[in-house]
Amino acid sequence: MYVELRNVNKTFGSFKALDEISISIEKGTLVALLGPSGSGKTTILRSIAGLERPDSGEIYIDGKLVNDIPAAKRGVGFVFQNYALFRYMTVFDNIAFGLKIQKHSKEYIEKRVSELISLIGLEGLEKRYPHQLSGGQKQRVAFARALAPNPHLLLLDEPFAAIDAKIRKELRTWLRETISKVGITSIFVTHDQEEAIEVSDKIILTNNGRIEQTGSPLEIYRNPKTPFAAKFVGEGTSISNYDKIRGFQITKGFSSAIIRPEFVGVSKPGKSLYPNTTDRGVVESSFFRGNSQELHIHLYGIKIIADYSLEEEPFQIGEAVDVIINRLFLYNESQVLSVENQNLKNINSVVI
Amino acid sequence: MDTILKNLKNFTAKRKVGVIPGFGLSIGITITLISFIVVIPLLSVLVAISGFTWKEFWDCITDKMVLHAYQVSFVCSFIAALINCVFGLILAWVLTRYKFPGRRLLDGLIELPFALPTAVAGIALTTIYADQGWIGSLFKPLGVKISYTLIGITIALIFIGIPFVVRSVQPVLEKLDSQYEEAAEMLGASRLRTFFKVIFPEILPALLTGFGLAFSRGLGEYGSVVFIAGNIPYKTQIAPLIIMGKLEQFSYAGATAIALVMIVFAFILLFAINFIQGRMNKAAKNS
Amino acid sequence: MKQEIKSSVTRIVLIALCVIFVGVMLIVPLASVLVYSLREGWEVFSSTISDKYTIAALKLTLYAAVIAVAFNTIFGLFSSWAITKFRFKGKNFLTTLIDIPFAISPVIAGLIFILIFGRIGWAYDFFNNHSIKVVFAVPGIVLATIFVTFPFISRELIPLMHSQGSEEEEAAALMGAKGLTIYRRITLPHIKWGLLYGIILCTARALGEFGAVSVVSGKIRGKTNTLPLHVEQLFQEFHLTASFAAASILVLIAIIILILKNIVEYKGKKEENFRVR
Repeated sequence: MYVELRNVNKTFGSFKALDEISISIEKGTLVALLGPSGSGKTTILRSIAGLERPDSGEIYIDGKLVNDIPAAKRGVGFVFQNYALFRYMTVFDNIAFGLKIQKHSKEYIEKRVSELISLIGLEGLEKRYPHQLSGGQKQRVAFARALAPNPHLLLLDEPFAAIDAKIRKELRTWLRETISKVGITSIFVTHDQEEAIEVSDKIILTNNGRIEQTGSPLEIYRNPKTPFAAKFVGEGTSISNYDKIRGFQITKGFSSAIIRPEFVGVSKPGKSLYPNTTDRGVVESSFFRGNSQELHIHLYGIKIIADYSLEEEPFQIGEAVDVIINRLFLYNESQVLSVENQNLKNINSVVI
Repeated sequence: MDTILKNLKNFTAKRKVGVIPGFGLSIGITITLISFIVVIPLLSVLVAISGFTWKEFWDCITDKMVLHAYQVSFVCSFIAALINCVFGLILAWVLTRYKFPGRRLLDGLIELPFALPTAVAGIALTTIYADQGWIGSLFKPLGVKISYTLIGITIALIFIGIPFVVRSVQPVLEKLDSQYEEAAEMLGASRLRTFFKVIFPEILPALLTGFGLAFSRGLGEYGSVVFIAGNIPYKTQIAPLIIMGKLEQFSYAGATAIALVMIVFAFILLFAINFIQGRMNKAAKNS
Repeated sequence: MKQEIKSSVTRIVLIALCVIFVGVMLIVPLASVLVYSLREGWEVFSSTISDKYTIAALKLTLYAAVIAVAFNTIFGLFSSWAITKFRFKGKNFLTTLIDIPFAISPVIAGLIFILIFGRIGWAYDFFNNHSIKVVFAVPGIVLATIFVTFPFISRELIPLMHSQGSEEEEAAALMGAKGLTIYRRITLPHIKWGLLYGIILCTARALGEFGAVSVVSGKIRGKTNTLPLHVEQLFQEFHLTASFAAASILVLIAIIILILKNIVEYKGKKEENFRVR
């Protein structure tokens, strides 16, 4: 394991920020620390960097215990949430700062900085000051500055939080590609599940100072292990009387269920291929989502969300709709159970 | 002993949060200097007062002449601070809301009372408000004496206190979005109503802070008041002058006792101001 | 239309009110010093300001002010660093302690040093045995000036550094920069105008301090008299013109300080806008 945390604890006053955190991260991976605010994700990142000192527990980087190694000696690059670019230095001086501290030769510094500037694609802007850059450009400079001293590990605190929605997508792809080009082990913090799923190789999901689940984005999305994971990742609606839905019965010990949009099939009344397992709902509202239509459907006292292809005949508000629920995540305080629609199972087996 | 060492180690270890260097050095220097310049000298007042019996102390601070001096200090500072609130508010308003030739000059002059040595202000005010002075002679025919009266003291305290109010209110007015006022006006509120219902509540804490600072400065002020007051017992003698008088008679104990009363009062004011400012900061964060 | 006329009338009335207030309350006293000092002609004026006691007083005033400003600058730099860059218990208490000299009367500020170093003070014997005179001598004047101007610079720096946060310093420290490098390269450029502003205010107050100094000075002409005390003495002795002449030196310094203050404030604001944008 390249980065490892063992039973790390940290409290701020009476607030328990980290509660027996244990993590291991493999070399060369791009890992997302995902969680709501106050879940401890930033504290984990800052502890690895050495910006916070844990109350107890061990932190290893590359097999070495780093608890007592000062932040500057850990070989870690850090990209701050608001970039923390030095406002009184040019782009060049910002990137060169760490190298100057390490007393590299002038030639080396110039070579390395121009290398990095071409990596981030900001040739010609070396003499600019941070306030003359756009949000995305600042972010790239912060990235280059962190990489300049050749760290073994790159840490990024909410790298996309301060950027416009439009550039954010573009920058995500850029960051992912650039990190794999450089080949550096990287950990980034985010509260945005979409970002974590899209960018990372592995997600560490945090909540209330604890790790909820660790796994690949697909794994976490498909098989949430805890109720929190099921609710936090993906879009979903909670329903308690889930036995009303055709094809499902009450499972002992599970009192509620989550319906994700991708579990929901929609058709015009009477047009469904599986008429014996449809439920009748009413379209409450519909939103154009660019590549699909998002329907909010009133069903058994709750509002569920479904995606609907633009190719099909559109729904009007107030129109009746046939809904098939393919799958549910049942949950209680500590467990999650994924169950399929019984009726569909039977149909499928018959067809095959 | 061991446990003490351990505790001490714990203490320093706990403080070593983060990566920014220099905590030990900077906090060490800070605490040392504060101790030598502020804490130890102030505690000396308590040491000096401990030689007193309670009755002596009480008699000293409730002496008729002393009580009258407190009263003069208190009333004049209070009135001066009130007048400063009115003019300070108008000044801050004019400086932030209107553009006119000479605005920058007017703005720059506000701090004159901070920059001008108080003794200079004192002799200047005394002279111009004296019976033959530039302004005093205008009031003499009306039978109004200014220098060597309570009016004179109040004027000196207005002079010294005006920057506190202006500089407390001005930044708040600057930050107050003019959209806010425009919104109120769009809703049909009259200008006066807009001011009292929308703007005034926003600047009230800052105004109170300014009032507190001006008032507190007025209570302790010496240089600009001493000349114009004239130091007439039971009439224009202010509290700092009583302390000065006692010192000149080498009555250190008496001076210290009165000083203690003033320090206690100053602390109460300081905490009140800090409290208001704390609430202001919180409100600013929440919005 | 009616509303507009009404509002322009309000505007004119308010501006006029301000101009009158500032004129009567601030400009007239300032002008009076200069007019009165020249009332008996240039001769009297120049003889007063070149008088050896006046010059000695000016020197002492500058001496005390330079030491006090240097001392408080050092204090301001360290205390603002400690208070804004670290978390620790008792921080609020510490900031309140720094403010105390603002809250109490300058006369009391003088008194407390008499209670320490004066004949009745607990430190008197020690200093007397080493034949060091503190009170009614120059060290006392310097101490009193330091006390009165103690909070100026740190009070200017603390809110400024608070609003700027510590991320840049953290970033630099993460890259291995040492304390002094961080301070010089990162922090100082941010606070330089605020620092200058604080130094200017501190200088103004140190030069003009009257109450505290008057308690501890002993007012020996040519020895322990500062310029404001000299002005007072001349005034009390009814040498009015001479008193105003000496005061006019202080007025001149005050005007220079005021101009410098405004320049620094303007530059600082300009840079701030520049940065935020």
